Amino acid sequence: MSRETLEQKTATSAQPPSASPFSWSRISRLLRTTDFGQFPVVVALIFIALFFEIRSNGLFLNSENLTNLVLQIGYIGTVGLGAVLVLLIGEIDLSLGVVAYTCAAVTGVLSVEHGWNAIPALLAGLVAGALIGLVNGIFVAILRVPSFVVTLAGLLAYQGVVLALLYPQTSLILVDPYVAYIATTYLPDVLGIGLPIAAVVIYAAALLFSRIRRQRKKLVVAPLWTLLARVALAAVIVGGTVFVFEGEFGVPQVAVILIGLVILFWLILRFSAYGRHVYAVGGNAEAARRAGINVTGIRISIFILASVLAAIGGILLASRQDIASAEVDQTLLLNAIATAVIGGVSLFGGRGSVWAVVLGSLVIGGLANGLDLLNVGDAVKFILQGIVLLLAVTIDALVRRRSAAAGR
Amino acid sequence: MAEYTPTASDWAAAPTIPTLQLQGISKAFGAVQALQDVDFEVNAGEVVGLVGDNGAGKSTLIKIISGVYIADKGEIFVEGNKVSINNPKDATHVGIETVYQDLALCDNLDVVANLFLGREDRSTVIPFLVRPLNELEMENRTREVLKQLDVKLPSLRVPVAALSGGQRQSIAVAKTILRNAKVVLLDEPTAALGVAQTRQVLELIRRLRAQGLAVVVISHNLADVFEVVDRVIVLRLGRRAATFDIHSTTQEQVVAAITGAQFGTLLEQNGTSNDSALEVQS
Repeated sequence: MSRETLEQKTATSAQPPSASPFSWSRISRLLRTTDFGQFPVVVALIFIALFFEIRSNGLFLNSENLTNLVLQIGYIGTVGLGAVLVLLIGEIDLSLGVVAYTCAAVTGVLSVEHGWNAIPALLAGLVAGALIGLVNGIFVAILRVPSFVVTLAGLLAYQGVVLALLYPQTSLILVDPYVAYIATTYLPDVLGIGLPIAAVVIYAAALLFSRIRRQRKKLVVAPLWTLLARVALAAVIVGGTVFVFEGEFGVPQVAVILIGLVILFWLILRFSAYGRHVYAVGGNAEAARRAGINVTGIRISIFILASVLAAIGGILLASRQDIASAEVDQTLLLNAIATAVIGGVSLFGGRGSVWAVVLGSLVIGGLANGLDLLNVGDAVKFILQGIVLLLAVTIDALVRRRSAAAGR
Repeated sequence: MAEYTPTASDWAAAPTIPTLQLQGISKAFGAVQALQDVDFEVNAGEVVGLVGDNGAGKSTLIKIISGVYIADKGEIFVEGNKVSINNPKDATHVGIETVYQDLALCDNLDVVANLFLGREDRSTVIPFLVRPLNELEMENRTREVLKQLDVKLPSLRVPVAALSGGQRQSIAVAKTILRNAKVVLLDEPTAALGVAQTRQVLELIRRLRAQGLAVVVISHNLADVFEVVDRVIVLRLGRRAATFDIHSTTQEQVVAAITGAQFGTLLEQNGTSNDSALEVQS
């Protein structure tokens, strides 16, 4: 074969349409470059749903249980969102769980013992979260103490703070209806159905708009059917979810808060310069610094946001239980981090999306909920959750090694 | 061929003003004199190789040019104008860009994001509040710059971790072009690259020269240096030991200047051959 034909051959095989769709080089390239991220999780989720549906004789996948599931995972997902942010910059925050309880206690004490109105009391809880995050951030970003140690110290210290706040009791009943009902309210049908439809329509319009703009600039666009498929998939998922909720009491406010926060942070991380810089700091902090990015500022702000999200999660939890408690459930922290990691957020920084918390908390919450339905008890529950988490982290480590090997 | 090291009085009369010129640069770290009265110059459309043994002062000189260190003594001129470079931002500001050996890329970000890192193009939806990234504009300009440098990539939207060493080097260089660099410093651009990748990078350096940029290549690999540079400046023990015009020099002569081993004999040979080793300052 002459050199010229060889070159022609490589040139043509570089163009996807003319190459055989099943050529080995193409498949192996796809395997190396595709970020599977969410795909194994979706499969796991479907498997979990089918398994429990069959074993529980149809108790798992009905409106009542699924609504219950969402109420159970709402606060985990919110704290998990905080964990995602911290993991994205390659740090960790072990105090998120305790911070959630601490901030709920702040809100509870101000509301119950000092008679504050709901709104100022809730805001005070969030401000408490922001201050805690600021302290964490200063130690990590400016003093360069490893975040593992800073937040481990915080875990201990804030545990003491919760006890002190609620002393001499260990729990405080939230009597203000506005505080107590945040997590137990359902949206009226107009909003419950209207908001999701609006969201899908906006999503479709945005995709179409960006496609038209790209075409006008003569940039590469994906085929039209992929756009339609994405919109259809979104419509099916959203429609199905709303349908399930409407079969019970309607769309829970908790679900709207969690999804709203996820969408908000997705927009920030995906479309703003700030979000780009967050990923850059997680990917290569030194390169980010040399590019003129304020790495210290990004780190501090992320710790603040994470603690505020933990505060929101803590308030949702307290509201759901009607009490601000000093008995901190340590599984909250573990579940929050597990949620992020199972959803494909890398522990090594810079990789993953906030949508991880939706999938991750469905897996974690689905497992717990399903096992409760089967009445297997905490022993099996903890063991299984541990195994799932280990699996997720292992996959993360393998993916990282593979992409590093493919990189150079 | 006559070679000269321009002096202040000299360059005014010279036909071309060097894009970057350093005069009398000295730098000491405690008792160690890293650089002693070093002159350096590179013209537009010229590739200069900066070579020397470990500890000869190469990295110190590069760090002074790129603003990481501040010289104890000496002056820096860009296109004939005296500039003061006190930090890396100053260097960028006067058009000096450095591509370090580690490339400073974020592996998790795609090509476009890496090229525009820290200077993203943003559109305005609500002034000061909602200013999303202008991906279209950035992708367009990325395409232009890569075309200008004749760099071919499978996709602009893959994380750079998935690209080859040569492609990554190209992206790091393209970054400097986006910033309208006049002088590009390349620190060991071919280290850790395979044969084909090295070829790619050398080709890239030639294209930078063709664009009229002043290029400085720091390298240990003399074979690569000889393939791409116009002049070689040799540092030895913190001084500028020699300057060679590449077309009338052999690698042995450069090695001799670097090590100083057979310096005396080579000088004699050069003296007789009359047009090789051009200037010796130490």
